Amino acid sequence: MVSETEVAHIAILADIGISNEELAEFTGQFNAILEYFDLLDQVEAGERPEAGTTNVFRDDDIVASLPLDDVVKGAAESEDGYIKAPRVVL
Amino acid sequence: MGVVTFDAEDRWNAFVTLCRKAEHRDDGPLAGVRVAVKDNISTAGIQTTCGSAILKGYVPPYDAHVVTLLREAGAAIVGKTNMDEFGMGTTTESSAYGPTTNPVDVSRVPGGSSGGSAAAIAGGLVDMALGTDTGGSIRCPAAFCGIVGLKPTYGRTSRYGLIAYANSLEGVGPMGRTVGDVSRLFSAIAGHDPRDATSLDRPYDHTPAPEVKGLRIGVPAEFFGKGVDPAVAAEVRAAIETFTELGAEVVECTMPSMQYALAAYYVTCTCEASSNLARFDGVRYGPGADTIRSWHDAYQDHRKEGFGAEVRRRIMLGTFALSAGYYGKYYGKAQAARKNVREDFARLFADVDVVAGPTMPTTAFKLGEKSDPLSMYLADILTVPANLAGVPAISVPCGTVDGLPVGLQLIGPHFGEERIIDAAAAFEEVRA
Repeated sequence: MVSETEVAHIAILADIGISNEELAEFTGQFNAILEYFDLLDQVEAGERPEAGTTNVFRDDDIVASLPLDDVVKGAAESEDGYIKAPRVVL
Repeated sequence: MGVVTFDAEDRWNAFVTLCRKAEHRDDGPLAGVRVAVKDNISTAGIQTTCGSAILKGYVPPYDAHVVTLLREAGAAIVGKTNMDEFGMGTTTESSAYGPTTNPVDVSRVPGGSSGGSAAAIAGGLVDMALGTDTGGSIRCPAAFCGIVGLKPTYGRTSRYGLIAYANSLEGVGPMGRTVGDVSRLFSAIAGHDPRDATSLDRPYDHTPAPEVKGLRIGVPAEFFGKGVDPAVAAEVRAAIETFTELGAEVVECTMPSMQYALAAYYVTCTCEASSNLARFDGVRYGPGADTIRSWHDAYQDHRKEGFGAEVRRRIMLGTFALSAGYYGKYYGKAQAARKNVREDFARLFADVDVVAGPTMPTTAFKLGEKSDPLSMYLADILTVPANLAGVPAISVPCGTVDGLPVGLQLIGPHFGEERIIDAAAAFEEVRA
């Protein structure tokens, strides 16, 4: 079982805003779903699932990319070919 | 170049964006064919929203690989179809652009998440459409709307330009009125793409051969278990009996891993979603976040306003399941359960050629019927195993219950698309 306080904390970790009105409903739904997930407790862990698999890498070659103008076109705010973002330093 | 004028009246809200004048190449196997594209597949110059307010107005600067292939084949892309937001749903009701209705019965949902694509075909607006399938999102709406939909082998179609939700599970696939249409569309979009590291060099060049003589069809008991509407089960059993009459052999079998498949699927897809959807911060695309405020404040508010409840719920569930102390309990166990599903299929396909069962446990829900998230999740029980294992599966109409379509699901081994398409074509020919 997770509490409303924990759900509010998860929302902060996930950067998902959540209102006080939503919190109770979300917590109830969360607990019903997590209770269903408890089924997985019965599964034998066994060897690591990724055992025997390999990563697929490509050579780090520089290839043509999209034109800069096209890339910044989707951004709400851009300046001199750069995309404007919210402040990170307070 | 030719131009298709698309003046169809969209009575079902099947489209988010319409292209009234669709240019197309004059040559190619799909020259002039009207094709709709699900709105989570990038189309250069055409708005692509994923059914979400967070991407309202976003116009991609590039085409998804499958769209490039469609254009090369001569298809006329006439619009982008409505969908559950980011593909998260089974009804197309979670779209920020309003629900799509089912052309068979407008008081019901078309299924999801590719509900717009299915409704556009069932309503006669287009000949074919692209959908995507993460946990049944092509097969469910195909079943609910009475059309054909194929979820290909994982990696057989490129995911380059498909806006990611759960990338180890999802893929682009064809939808159409007939098995022949689905086969033609699949020919155009299958094949290798170096821009997708999981893409496989297995093109599809096949004409359906409606022949099942000697085919061994496995029918797992679990596909007819608790929660499957007895009337739906009876229709599907009768459909499987048709194969026997055509000379196929039906083998009763079991799939014990089904017990954990749904939980494994929902843990996996929410975990992957929590990572994939972190990119929607209002900085690079879609309506902008407030750049005057500090990063986390702006980011949180932007995602609260831009994402619907189901997307936020899944991002939070995934964040929780991947958090310190819970990873082993949820994600680790889900991957072990996923391996069991894969091994179950491998065991079955050592003995049978295809696996058959219902696509969905019930017929189409009433609009608004599935208000509780868990009850909606449970409806995916029969479709998620194919995604967990990465094997191909097709849904083909096999009858009706109270006037509503029922889908027969045929699952094949990896790269067994030709086999399940042939079986579906044989069934379609007899039932036509």
